[in-house]
Amino acid sequence: MSERGAAAGDERARRLLMRGLDGELPAEEREELERLLNSDASVRAEWDRLVRLKEVTDTMKLQQPPDEVWKDYWESVYVRLERGIGWILLSVGAIVLVSYGLWMGAQEIIADTEMPLYLKAAILATTVGVVVLLVSVVREKLFIGRTERYKDVER
Amino acid sequence: MGAVERDSAVEHAVSDHALVLKAQAGDREAFGELVARYMRRAYYAALGLTGSHDDALDLSQEAFVRAYRARASLDPDRPFYPWLYQIVRRLCFNMQRDRRTRRRRMEEATPWLQDQADARAAASDPARDVERSELRSRLEVAIDALPEREREVLVLKEFEGLRYREIAELLGIPIGTVMSRLYTARKNLAEILGDVL
Repeated sequence: MSERGAAAGDERARRLLMRGLDGELPAEEREELERLLNSDASVRAEWDRLVRLKEVTDTMKLQQPPDEVWKDYWESVYVRLERGIGWILLSVGAIVLVSYGLWMGAQEIIADTEMPLYLKAAILATTVGVVVLLVSVVREKLFIGRTERYKDVER
Repeated sequence: MGAVERDSAVEHAVSDHALVLKAQAGDREAFGELVARYMRRAYYAALGLTGSHDDALDLSQEAFVRAYRARASLDPDRPFYPWLYQIVRRLCFNMQRDRRTRRRRMEEATPWLQDQADARAAASDPARDVERSELRSRLEVAIDALPEREREVLVLKEFEGLRYREIAELLGIPIGTVMSRLYTARKNLAEILGDVL
């Protein structure tokens, strides 16, 4: 048998094992599985091991949470929805107000003829730095956190 | 009916289709009804994928929040839960890929599986109870060690009780792939649990 033929045979055997184990095998294929198990000791050994594993997993179920979880579930989702909108509005409003305040302050500083030039430059540098950091943080919170982290996850 | 209560199997007076349309129009009560219908499935799906109650609760709720924000992109003629499940699994996989989270979870690990034979065993034979508890714990660790796609198919089959066709539809993969992943998952589990099987 060619390598491809052998691989296809293995795949067929695996699917028979799985469907046999999970009770999704029609009668005619059930006979095929029986023949396979009787003709190949290694497949029989694997089958026996998988049956024992199935017996273990069949006795297990997912842990149930306390009933309170379901009572408060929608409330928690609703609060998250509200807070999400609140954060977006707060962020946009803060950016506009801070920008406006900085613009007004900058105009006053520029118009002030008594302030030394190096002091004006220092204030300008500090202001630009704060704005860059603020925009960066907001951008991270609003966009990167939601999109970039998941781009590598295949659907 | 599978091992996990299947919300969608219950007959409802208002269809999912009608609720999705209302939610798309901004009706939060309608969306709340969808949450009530699918919160258990979403939670148990996340629990199976993360193995942590806190993470399952957090991520399943976050999935509903994201579903609401992205509701405009949902085709109301398609079933709601498979779409929601895609969000749940992406959140879970992403969390699992975060090494810091994995380390924290290893430190705070609590049981996420329940042995249905526990109570009977404890009453009749305390030694066997300890043995079963150890087995459950080892099974949890072994499932945690599986690659995410194998774990996902295993959980959907063993703990949510879905049939191959349902798993294939949920994940958007051929039934053959479901069986292949399940085989590999079980083979790996059997190897890890070798001495107790």
